[in-house]
Amino acid sequence: MPAATPRVRWVLAGATSVALVASGCGSSGGGGSSSSDATKTFSYQSSEPQNPLQPANANEVGGGRILQNLFKGLVDYDPSNAKLRMQVADSIDTSDSQTFNVTLKSNWTFHDGTPVKSSNFVNAWNWAATTSNNQLSSSWFSDIAGYKDVHPESGVPTTNKMSGLTVVDDTHFTIKLTTKVSYFEYKLGYIAFSPLPDSFYNDPAAAGQNPVGNGPYQFVSWAHNSQVVTKAYANYQGVDKPKNGGVVFKMYTSAEAAYADLQSNNLDVMDQVPPSALATYKNDLGDRAVDSPQGAIQNIGFPLYQPDWAGADKAKVRQGLSMAIDRDTITKTVLQGSRASASAWVADGVEGYKAGNCGNFCTFNPTMAKQLITEGGGVPGNKLTITYNADGGHKEWVDAVCNSIRQNTGVDCAGDPKVDFKTARAAISGHTVTGAFRTGWVQDYPLNANFLADVYRTGAASNDFGYSSPEFDKLATQADQADSIQASATGYQQAEAVLQQDMPAIPLWYYRTNSGFSTNVQNVTFDSFGNPAWTEVEVKG
Amino acid sequence: MGSYVLRRVLQMIPVFFGSTLLIFLMVYSLPGDPIAALFGDKAADPAVVANLRHQYYLDQPVWKQYLHYMGNLFQGDFGTSFTGRSVTDIMADAFPVTIRLALMAFVFELVVGLTLGVVSGLRRGSIPDTLVLVLTLVVISIPVFVLAYIAQTIFATNLGWVTPTVQDSTDLSQLILPAIVLGSLSLAYVARLTRTSIGENLRADYIRTATAKGLPRRTIITRHLLRNSLIPVVTFLGTDLGALMGGAIVTEGIFNVQGIGNVLYRAIRQKEGPTVVGIVTVLVIVYLVASLIVDLLYAVLDPRIRYA
Repeated sequence: MPAATPRVRWVLAGATSVALVASGCGSSGGGGSSSSDATKTFSYQSSEPQNPLQPANANEVGGGRILQNLFKGLVDYDPSNAKLRMQVADSIDTSDSQTFNVTLKSNWTFHDGTPVKSSNFVNAWNWAATTSNNQLSSSWFSDIAGYKDVHPESGVPTTNKMSGLTVVDDTHFTIKLTTKVSYFEYKLGYIAFSPLPDSFYNDPAAAGQNPVGNGPYQFVSWAHNSQVVTKAYANYQGVDKPKNGGVVFKMYTSAEAAYADLQSNNLDVMDQVPPSALATYKNDLGDRAVDSPQGAIQNIGFPLYQPDWAGADKAKVRQGLSMAIDRDTITKTVLQGSRASASAWVADGVEGYKAGNCGNFCTFNPTMAKQLITEGGGVPGNKLTITYNADGGHKEWVDAVCNSIRQNTGVDCAGDPKVDFKTARAAISGHTVTGAFRTGWVQDYPLNANFLADVYRTGAASNDFGYSSPEFDKLATQADQADSIQASATGYQQAEAVLQQDMPAIPLWYYRTNSGFSTNVQNVTFDSFGNPAWTEVEVKG
Repeated sequence: MGSYVLRRVLQMIPVFFGSTLLIFLMVYSLPGDPIAALFGDKAADPAVVANLRHQYYLDQPVWKQYLHYMGNLFQGDFGTSFTGRSVTDIMADAFPVTIRLALMAFVFELVVGLTLGVVSGLRRGSIPDTLVLVLTLVVISIPVFVLAYIAQTIFATNLGWVTPTVQDSTDLSQLILPAIVLGSLSLAYVARLTRTSIGENLRADYIRTATAKGLPRRTIITRHLLRNSLIPVVTFLGTDLGALMGGAIVTEGIFNVQGIGNVLYRAIRQKEGPTVVGIVTVLVIVYLVASLIVDLLYAVLDPRIRYA
């Protein structure tokens, strides 16, 4: 006789119940303006943050977006025109672009009710800059005098306070920089410069899971891999008071899934439609489709550290290659209008953007292209490879660029896919790439200096080309010492023009935000960071 | 019987060590530096990188890393992910979801697959039989993601019966559609296996004897025919349970189910050793236990099989 069947008992761990935010399923379409309810929340497509929610520890959109809503620094950028505007700061004055006197507004509070004081900024910056706290954005503080003491190249910091930061009283403090940085105010809008409440330091790790900020929205809950819930902070003092009750960041692993939810009103606003929907989304969504410029650029960089590419005459070859690329056709066809042809190394819409600052070299001209390549002695081995990460949807345009180059110049060209982003990055930053490579820049702050100083200066952290031009450096330094942001931007335009001669990287195109929203919301506009103007979104009543 | 189970459980120990070591080495040999990758497009800060490498024990040779990991494992510490969450927490969130999804898919493929297999196996050449064969062939030849998108379009976008993606991964009713999609491929195999197996056994001597004895048809089918025919099917189902859990990644992505597949995919891409090893280790254990149960079920199905 058979033995009793062995019984398997599955023990299911009790899953945390997630309070579902009811999303109204009204399907009354149209983008017509109707009454809105300022207490209702809307949902936004997001991804699970890769790091704890600490302001100086976010450098990917999943966490960065959420932190932007929970925290507010001295300044931020007006979503409608990308101009700098004062938030916690009442004023930031400088006479020499090196010492900045900050005056705070006195009525700001953190979500736990404690006031936002000078010390909250100074302590937060010191904490974030100190090596031992392992903040990914610590290098953002490197302009401040004394940064080297809290963040030496290697070894243990000698102190945990930067000498350049001095608290005067509760609403005044001074920032002293190591050198003149005329546009330092622009940097201060970056999320890493947020203030932290005193309670943060009791347990930074716990604060990273349950952040207390001073921004327009306060943290409610974080169901990992599922959603982060925020609600409007009633006592928010910023110029951008929320017109809605909060943002629910719903985690999606694919844009396709998010788009399907958006079309059925299970998601209110999304980040970027999937490539598969680019051709149809404007038809699908009608006047709920969004197509607006982004402060981001895609380039092809060259390994100037390789002897093959180091010669002065090779600049001509790079100029020629640039002229062989039919940007307008590729952006229209392969990229389906999701990009706009570049004519400079700075993205459109950024303060200091100068259209056409690439000279003729970003204009499609096969005849000139051939001529320049021949003058420059040709591409090494008459074969160009373009290294890119295969996991980022770059294959199509790389192949198209290669076709363009092959057909118009006779130079052989092929893509060199690396398995994923980290592998491609390791090869590029490790200077082991022998051919050209995909590179891009997304604005940290909407000012041209960010696209130039941080990328093309000799020894700049993101100078992956090994590019070094005394002339560019000189003009950049002059621009840094200007006495106004306007003058600084103009100075950087002159520095940008130097890149025409050397072509360390070929500008390809600017990114655009291709997105949309559900019928539950209205007044959804996107800023140049590719984020919606969060506080402006209205949820229909 | 008891000693057999004990022997099998003891055999799991070397398998467990071997598989964790293999996975550990595989993750270790993935290209790229996970810590530098945390900085994204920005240049990595060497001081912070050195600190983090030390914190995650990545500055040690791989054998030391493995011993360190194992040492922690026996204290019940599965390590921490780069997000600062403990791997135990991550698994406690994601595994229940995937287990539910896999079990629903499993029940679906078992009930429907067996039924279809029996129906077509008993009446070979009939219209229902042909129908089952054609349908299962179609399912086998369509990749799972195509099936998932078709289901999503029809049931969510066109009919509006369900939401396109799962809004709450802890809600069983929302997991039905993904579970059906996930189980459909195996269902096709189960149906075909059952059909073949029944077809073979129908002509066996003991069935003829049973029929000659005048036993009712139902008894013949359930007691004699099915019990013998199920052995290959049970073998398949046993290994399939593990495959369902590990293979749910595509389905989970399309329906946005926050299960183990998604977590594992992200962890592999981020080269997050502790998370990958932890999850895969649990999956290995699921496989081992499932295959043990399969072997024990043989004895239940066929009294001639005895485990001394």
